[in-house]
Amino acid sequence: MSTSTTSIPDPTTRYRRTGQRGLNAEMLSWMFMRGSGALLVILVFGHLFVNLWLGDGVKGIDFAFVGGKWASPFWQVWDLLMLWLGLIHGGNGVRTIINDYARGDRTRMVLKALLYFAVVVTIVLGTLVIFTFDPCPVGAEPSLLPSFCEG
Amino acid sequence: MASAQSGTLYRGREGMWSWVAHRISGMAIFLFLLVHVLDTALVRVSPEAYNEVIGHYKTVVFGLGEVALVGAVIFHALNGLRIILVDFWSKGTTHQRKLFWGVVIVWAVLMAGFLPRHLMHMFGA
Ligand code: HEM
Repeated sequence: MSTSTTSIPDPTTRYRRTGQRGLNAEMLSWMFMRGSGALLVILVFGHLFVNLWLGDGVKGIDFAFVGGKWASPFWQVWDLLMLWLGLIHGGNGVRTIINDYARGDRTRMVLKALLYFAVVVTIVLGTLVIFTFDPCPVGAEPSLLPSFCEG
Repeated sequence: MASAQSGTLYRGREGMWSWVAHRISGMAIFLFLLVHVLDTALVRVSPEAYNEVIGHYKTVVFGLGEVALVGAVIFHALNGLRIILVDFWSKGTTHQRKLFWGVVIVWAVLMAGFLPRHLMHMFGA
């Protein structure tokens, strides 16, 4: 009769935190946080520089200022990228924070449902605003509009 | 290099505090971003509605809030780059402390550039 032997893992196997290997959702999320973060540095710093540094800074921001920017496809694409990347990066970051602190299954599910709802609504709203925006709405007070609206 | 005295605990010092600040700044920026998309969406309502609400950003209280917000964004961005370097640069972990103090210094330089200009915009000089 052979006695049972206890088997231990080969001590040279690499430590792995999860059983997962290769491409998986959490790894893609980890990569995304770094890729989107690098792009956001350019997008957000450019945004702050143009809106808060140049010209009159925050004092210069009004409807005419926004109309002037979004008349150009360059700033439309810039702001669209910043909107999507910022909300998905931030939303995914808050998902991590919820996973860390919300103990109960129910609390965690409710908080994440609220988070996803807020992210989707804000992305859809922001995208619609960028693409349906009219810098020269008919019947508006002309002094409040960008200068190119005259005529 | 871990020693018997300091151990290998990831607690206290630059590593933990940069993580705490990264988390708080990220959370705060996210909440602001939700509000900021909403206030910008008012351009679809009317020029008057947008100008009325954005006018609040030009008050003293909001002006100081903007300093805190810009400070949080610059820190989060620089520290995010530090995290990326620690993860992907072969020397990143060796130099993680120096990288953290680099973040602090670049943050201070950028804030020193932004602050006077912003205060001039706010209080008109
Ligand atoms: C400006 C450029 C930015 C860079 C370079 C950056 C970088 C990063 C990186 C690398 C992480 C991952 C940390 C980890 O996996 O441990 C992260 C987390 C996070 N980021 Fe950003 N980020 C930027 C902008 C933003 C913005 C605009 C928001 C908000 C809308 C935001 C919110 C968050 C949140 C909430 C987390 C999770 C923090 C945590 O898990 O403790 N970030 N950021």
